[in-house]
Amino acid sequence: MTYHDIVIIGGGPAGLSAAAAARKAGVQDILILERDSVLGGILNQCIHNGFGLHTFKEELTGPEYAARYIAMVEEEKIPYKLNTIVADISGNREVTYINREEGLVTIQAGAVILAMGCRERPRGALNIPGYRPAGIYSAGTAQRLMNIEGYRVGNEVVILGSGDIGLIMARRMTLEGAKVKVVAELMPYSGGLKRNIVQCLDDYGIPLKLSHTVVQIHGKERLTGVTIAEVDENRAPIPGTEEYYSCDTLLLSVGLIPENELSKGAGISMNRITSGPNVDDKLETDAEGIYACGNVLHVHDLVDFVSQEAALAGTNAAAYVKRTKESVPASEGKGHKVPLAAENGVRYTVPQTLNVDAMQDTVTVRFRVADVYKDRYISVYYDDKRVSKKKKKVLAPGEMEQVVLKKSSFAEYPDLRKITICTEVE
Amino acid sequence: MKELQYDVAIIGGGVTGAAIARELSRYKLKICLLERTEDVCSGTSKANSAIVHAGFDAAAGSMMAKMNVEGNRLMEQLSKDLDFPFRRNGSLVLCFAEEDMPGLHELYVRGVTNGVPDLRIITGDEARAMEPNLTDEVAAALYAPTGGIVCPFNMTIALAENAADNGVEFWFLSEVEEVKPAGDGYELTVKGKETVTAKYVVNAAGVYADKFHNMVSREKITITPRKGDYCLLDQEAGHHVDKTIFQQPGKYGKGVLVTPTVHGNLLIGPTARDIEDKEGTYTTAEELAEVTAKSARGVKNIPYRQVITSFSGLRAHEAGHEFILGEVKDAEGFFDAAGIESPGLSSAPAIGVYMAEMIAARAKAEKKEDFIATRKGIPHVAAMDREERAALLKERPDYGTIVCRCENVSEGEIVDSIRRTLGARSLDGIKRRVRQGMGRCQAGFCTPRTMEILSRETGIPMEEICKNQPGSEMITGRMEEVQG
Repeated sequence: MTYHDIVIIGGGPAGLSAAAAARKAGVQDILILERDSVLGGILNQCIHNGFGLHTFKEELTGPEYAARYIAMVEEEKIPYKLNTIVADISGNREVTYINREEGLVTIQAGAVILAMGCRERPRGALNIPGYRPAGIYSAGTAQRLMNIEGYRVGNEVVILGSGDIGLIMARRMTLEGAKVKVVAELMPYSGGLKRNIVQCLDDYGIPLKLSHTVVQIHGKERLTGVTIAEVDENRAPIPGTEEYYSCDTLLLSVGLIPENELSKGAGISMNRITSGPNVDDKLETDAEGIYACGNVLHVHDLVDFVSQEAALAGTNAAAYVKRTKESVPASEGKGHKVPLAAENGVRYTVPQTLNVDAMQDTVTVRFRVADVYKDRYISVYYDDKRVSKKKKKVLAPGEMEQVVLKKSSFAEYPDLRKITICTEVE
Repeated sequence: MKELQYDVAIIGGGVTGAAIARELSRYKLKICLLERTEDVCSGTSKANSAIVHAGFDAAAGSMMAKMNVEGNRLMEQLSKDLDFPFRRNGSLVLCFAEEDMPGLHELYVRGVTNGVPDLRIITGDEARAMEPNLTDEVAAALYAPTGGIVCPFNMTIALAENAADNGVEFWFLSEVEEVKPAGDGYELTVKGKETVTAKYVVNAAGVYADKFHNMVSREKITITPRKGDYCLLDQEAGHHVDKTIFQQPGKYGKGVLVTPTVHGNLLIGPTARDIEDKEGTYTTAEELAEVTAKSARGVKNIPYRQVITSFSGLRAHEAGHEFILGEVKDAEGFFDAAGIESPGLSSAPAIGVYMAEMIAARAKAEKKEDFIATRKGIPHVAAMDREERAALLKERPDYGTIVCRCENVSEGEIVDSIRRTLGARSLDGIKRRVRQGMGRCQAGFCTPRTMEILSRETGIPMEEICKNQPGSEMITGRMEEVQG
């Protein structure tokens, strides 16, 4: 069986950044496995700009952002295999992949970095009643057909869900001459970034109907229209509020699901809220030597944060490989692990545990809130002690939040049992 | 327009028409099958419970009972001969109350009368031991070890392919508009195509069977579309039950079933609503809610969050609730295979044999010596062991490129689904043959690539690639056209 120090599953933004960081940390033997025919992942179809403000301090398009990381990988001559799909990962880091040239191959990895990204929630998962005609696309599929393949997917469009891809596609289809009639959002707030609502809907006069959903799909062969209705506080349609929109296309932007079938196959424990693996501050899962980063870990709002997170996973995987090679006893990796709790409006945290003894000088904890909140504090508690608070004018589920924990701050808490991140009015 | 003469014209490419075509192709007869849509298995045959009933439901002595039990018996060998997925997983009919026990016993007696083997009534605890996810409400159950599950798509496609390999001509996008007596047979007007004449006509038109029957007979029949909604769950939920779980009809009305599929998903449904629209394959919120509510009565903890799609199918319900199989009294040479509702899928192998023997006897047709009795399906790489896979990949490297990542369907499988006998011409056709797009992402990732392969293999321009029938085009044009 062929061995590689680090095998990275996925050559999108997370995989590329992890690879570059692992190389920088001194690991030579890295292999990226990518299922598509090019590196860069979903960024390749995101031809709008707005990427890289944090990482490169400039506004790039998706392909440009990807190109910078692809260039790093190429310069460093990090090997990758394209059109290669991973069939299986075992808990002891055997990776089985399939491609045209080699068939079915199993390799042994010193460390594995999971960077498979996420997929869109399909129509079926929503149980929208009606026919099943052509013309219903998840927003990302339509984006690919337009931006990569060069096809128009429809002329009159309704969008369900106000996730970022849906908002971007509202603008994109308008610019291509389609009429985007309305964006309906089930929740009383948008799941997308504020800047996308302004730049993609408001600027083009596209109405956003909050607390609305599609209750009927019309048309047997190709979509002919949808019925939209307002929903009550339990998200149930309110009779009498139905409105018919004729359209030949319905785009769905109703959520992203981390693609963790491989992780589950490896026996890794999953988080119910993020649908990603549970990880510690090293981004290591509970399977030793298997790390996770990017949208497979939790769905991000900005790719810049994916890159940051993945670089950390890459660095830590490199350290792990070196440690095992130098046969440093496993106890070195052990230490005082403290669980992080998400409470009172904070839906989850990544990481879910923190090793106080072995942590870096700082650890960034990322999370999302459960609802739209105004003038609230984000507080951090060490056990029952509030150790920090930061006031935010607006908190929204569409935007990822973060707090930075310093190693030095734990010095006074040798017996710490729990770190809590929560929102508070005061 | 030129006339095309056949000995037998079969109207309808569902499982019934395909089974009759396959069995008739054993004889020296010139046969055509006329199908309105672009593919076989496009109507009732594609949207049903995908189960092979044991045969205790139908009234003793009925055609339904006879065909069901015989069809069930034939299914295993047929699935081997024609290489389609079938599993005898057994079935349970759940009884929820002591007062319903006589009804359960009645089912048992009927089953025994119908010739269903190995039936037995078991206690609620025995049933729960078999199926740990049954609710405590289950008081007893009728266990039928011969119940099974089948892939209705590949069963129909396999029958049709084998019929085609044995000389049956398939006409797609060929809607029969009129059937009228002519000479010693019938003349069939096909929309936009040549007129077909045939000595014998087989009416296997599903929900439209009344339309054709009534064109030639004074004794009118009515087929009512009885709509049923279903929910299909992710393969992660596929082991929730192992057997097909029915509910005994009781004071709460007719229940719904919960069953694994041969592909490892979990299927729940159907509802039953008589509607007028023979194209009314729409789901409704009310019925989908009913499916969920009713399924929970017999089986606990069904992970409804894992629903990946819902769909609706129409059973061809005839008022007498009986299969109408045979030559129409006042229309010599016109054979009905009408009113084929549940257990139609289970019965299809038997209906095929029964109808074919009847028609062949009538036509005094002899059997062919060179009948091809078997057919091989498309290999599925994901299900192969390492050596098999390695051998295949050496010969066909395109079996190494996975296009549908949820169901692990390779480019080679998609290519074969298009190239082989009666190959797919639509995305749904590919999906039904090799399961591309059937998985949890519901074709989100693999749609563009599959469209490309279909276009490349068939020469159909991308703009004309359809989900199913013409009118279901996937895209509306190329971008350049807009930019000018």
